[in-house]
Amino acid sequence: MPTNAFLGVFAKSPIKPVEEHIKIVHKASKALIPFFNHVFKGEWDEAETLRVQIRNLERDADKLKREVRLQLPRGLFMPVERTDLLELITHQDKIANKAKDIAGRVVGREMVIPESIQADFLTYLQRCVDATKQASKAINELDELLETGFRGREVTLVENMLVELDAIEQDTDDMQIKIRQELRAVEAGLNPVDVMFLYKIIEWVGELADIAERVGSRLELMLAR
Amino acid sequence: MDIIASYGTMLVLLAAAVGFFMAYGIGANDVANAMGTSVGSKALTIKQAILIAMVFEFAGAYLAGGEVTSTIRKGIIDATPFADIPELMVLGMISALFAAGAWLLLASMLGWPVSTTHSIIGAIIGFALVAVGSEAIQWGKVAGIVGSWIVTPAISGFIAYLIFMSAQKLIFDTSAPLQNAKRFVPIYMALAGFVMALVTIKKGLKHIGINLGTFEGYALAIGIAVAVGLIGKMAIARLKMDPKADKQMQFNNVEKVFAVLMVLTACCMAFAHGSNDVANAIGPLAAVVNIVENDGVIAKKAALAWWILPLGGLGIVAGLAILGKKVIKTIGEGITHLTPSRGFAAELAAASTVVIASGTGLPISTTQTLVGAVLGVGMARGIAALNMSVIRNIVVSWVITLPVGAALAIVIFYVLRAAFGV
Repeated sequence: MPTNAFLGVFAKSPIKPVEEHIKIVHKASKALIPFFNHVFKGEWDEAETLRVQIRNLERDADKLKREVRLQLPRGLFMPVERTDLLELITHQDKIANKAKDIAGRVVGREMVIPESIQADFLTYLQRCVDATKQASKAINELDELLETGFRGREVTLVENMLVELDAIEQDTDDMQIKIRQELRAVEAGLNPVDVMFLYKIIEWVGELADIAERVGSRLELMLAR
Repeated sequence: MDIIASYGTMLVLLAAAVGFFMAYGIGANDVANAMGTSVGSKALTIKQAILIAMVFEFAGAYLAGGEVTSTIRKGIIDATPFADIPELMVLGMISALFAAGAWLLLASMLGWPVSTTHSIIGAIIGFALVAVGSEAIQWGKVAGIVGSWIVTPAISGFIAYLIFMSAQKLIFDTSAPLQNAKRFVPIYMALAGFVMALVTIKKGLKHIGINLGTFEGYALAIGIAVAVGLIGKMAIARLKMDPKADKQMQFNNVEKVFAVLMVLTACCMAFAHGSNDVANAIGPLAAVVNIVENDGVIAKKAALAWWILPLGGLGIVAGLAILGKKVIKTIGEGITHLTPSRGFAAELAAASTVVIASGTGLPISTTQTLVGAVLGVGMARGIAALNMSVIRNIVVSWVITLPVGAALAIVIFYVLRAAFGV
């Protein structure tokens, strides 16, 4: 017996894969914390293992992103706008890409992070990872949002999560300024090219939070319609 | 006239055979649609679904299925022109059954969700056209069927929307969804029980010789509704809740409560389906039996022979048990993100629409109501994704079913005429 066409009415839901995607993405960014712990100690072999791990997570995320895109043909009727969902997953994916870039660059150049800024760098990184975690938490409310028809209490709940995400992102901005100043104080004694790249890495780590915030604002747009 | 006299028994047997064939096809294909949402949302296992479908399809066919048969027999075509040529009516009805059954089987093999109701109507129109010409067809009624392509999904979609939104308001969008679910789900159950009981009482009990007054009817329906609600409350109280499942919203537990409700709506759906669609198979069969028993006189109003309804019911159950399993299984595994609360809104709406329509004698299609109901839940932003291109195909298949059924019936009609030498 061939498949019954009636079941085709229910298209494969894109919601679960989108939630799954941000979980993987968050995992990739979270792996940066143990990664930098190894970097601080100059354990390059272990750092390399973690870099490979991050790269693999990024590939998994890519695969999932492609699947979601393929699952969204034009004739799909969804509770959220097609374009919103596509943009959402595109932004989510950028977090994993950024994490991969950071790990790749740091290992590639075997960058040494000055001891005086290590502690602050780690809290800064931790805060940026918090931002991706918060984004992941908000995105994981998507199926509950679906359950409530994108209305009412659940929307308020998600909106509060997004407000917190904004707050975290602002925190990271302040921390970034501080860590830059600390680096500036010691940069004279360091290799100028290394310092250049170190500024870059600090910037990129900050971007993790920026992108996470952008994911949040995409979600906000979906709620607004 | 001598054809009926000399071949009477054989004609009845032939009609019974094709009627059974048709019912078998309905059971194998349509029932899977009706049960699909329950299995898809994992409220029921496939075995449970089949068991429920068997019991309630049969009950629906037997208790509430009588009304539509007369619409198909007398409503679509005018019997008067056949008064002098009853043998053509008999052969025509047999060819209509055969054509509709064949089309149903073909469409199932190709995976098209055609309407069994409309294939039989198309087939009846087809043979009437060639047997006596277009004046025998009540075109107004046909226009009504065409209208039902829009009206039926609209009604069931609207009901589904209302049910879903009411569940949102009363349960999901509150500070204590689980408590509210426990409080309100029994009311939904009572509602489902009420609709089912009312139609059974008003339309069906006649067939088994029980006649209740309007007041007693409503009183009994309300009584049954209350009983269903109480049993539901007990069933929900026995559920094991996992307090760790959700931190804030408790939706997983709420869905468990809805799963209990889903069992009931699945029963409703099967009942509604049985009451409406079994008529497709037995309507023409009843016409044949009537004509043969009356020696060629086409009676204006005749009672159903006692064995016809059970035969249709058995056909559906047999088709379901033998072929339906696979279809249900594909549906159960194919549908994603259909939770009990969403499936329940779609199913209860579809069932109510079919039961109401069955009560008023309108030959609507179960597929139509389900598609409409699913769309309604989708509109309420309740289903993660609906495939519009499939829905478009389904609508197209509704439209082509009438002409295809007609064409097939015409061919078979000519073959039968040649075979019996009429």
